[in-house]
Amino acid sequence: MDDDHVFRALADPTRRYLLDRLFERDGRTLTELESELEMTRFGVMKHLRVLEGAGLVVTRRSGREKLHFLNPVPIRLIHDRWITKYAEHRVAALANLKTELEESA
Amino acid sequence: MSTMTAQATQVYSVFVRATPEQLWDAITKPEFTSKYFYGSVIESTWEHGAPYAGWAIDRSQQYVDGEVIEASPPRKLVTTWRALYDPETAAEPFSRVTWEIEPAGDGVTKLTVVHDELEASPKTAENVAGGWSFVLSGLKTLLETGEPLSG
Repeated sequence: MDDDHVFRALADPTRRYLLDRLFERDGRTLTELESELEMTRFGVMKHLRVLEGAGLVVTRRSGREKLHFLNPVPIRLIHDRWITKYAEHRVAALANLKTELEESA
Repeated sequence: MSTMTAQATQVYSVFVRATPEQLWDAITKPEFTSKYFYGSVIESTWEHGAPYAGWAIDRSQQYVDGEVIEASPPRKLVTTWRALYDPETAAEPFSRVTWEIEPAGDGVTKLTVVHDELEASPKTAENVAGGWSFVLSGLKTLLETGEPLSG
């Protein structure tokens, strides 16, 4: 929800590693994720909580299991907030160029 | 990089400063969907078993085809889904899209889209993977600012 949370969550290599693992294969349990890291279960849980707080990871229940999914929407929001603005300027510049060229022709 | 297979269950979520009713309208009314859903006019009577269709704004082409499985305004919408805009995805079986709308306090509502049952539809899974983020970002912008995303 808050961009600060997203940037803070991404500013840690372990958390980025966890996102990479979910990008590779989504819907994993804590136990599966833990097996890929040299870290205690508690440590992995802590990192997942930060990622969840930033909205980058979403959990869903499936029977008795809690599955973790990568949610790219907060990153898309950051992209759209700044990048589309620049794209808009380029489009506007090209549109102006077209008008000028056509008028002078 | 390791081989990338698109996921058979995909989950997308966004917090929007709007009421559940506003979100429901944004998902089910064509005058809203055309502003953030790749220009698609989404149409359905929203009854169980009714067709769910997404059209190009000029009706020249149908983009999405499906059927309503559950419509519980303003909290939950489930439809089947087949993307017709690409011959490869159009040839794949129907998958399923679930929209969940939950109040999150302080005038904020959490919207979650689960696109699943994609096991037999790998092209569709690959195709929608980036698309849902764009759609939800556009939906949030539209509801919070009244303006569609540009660019």
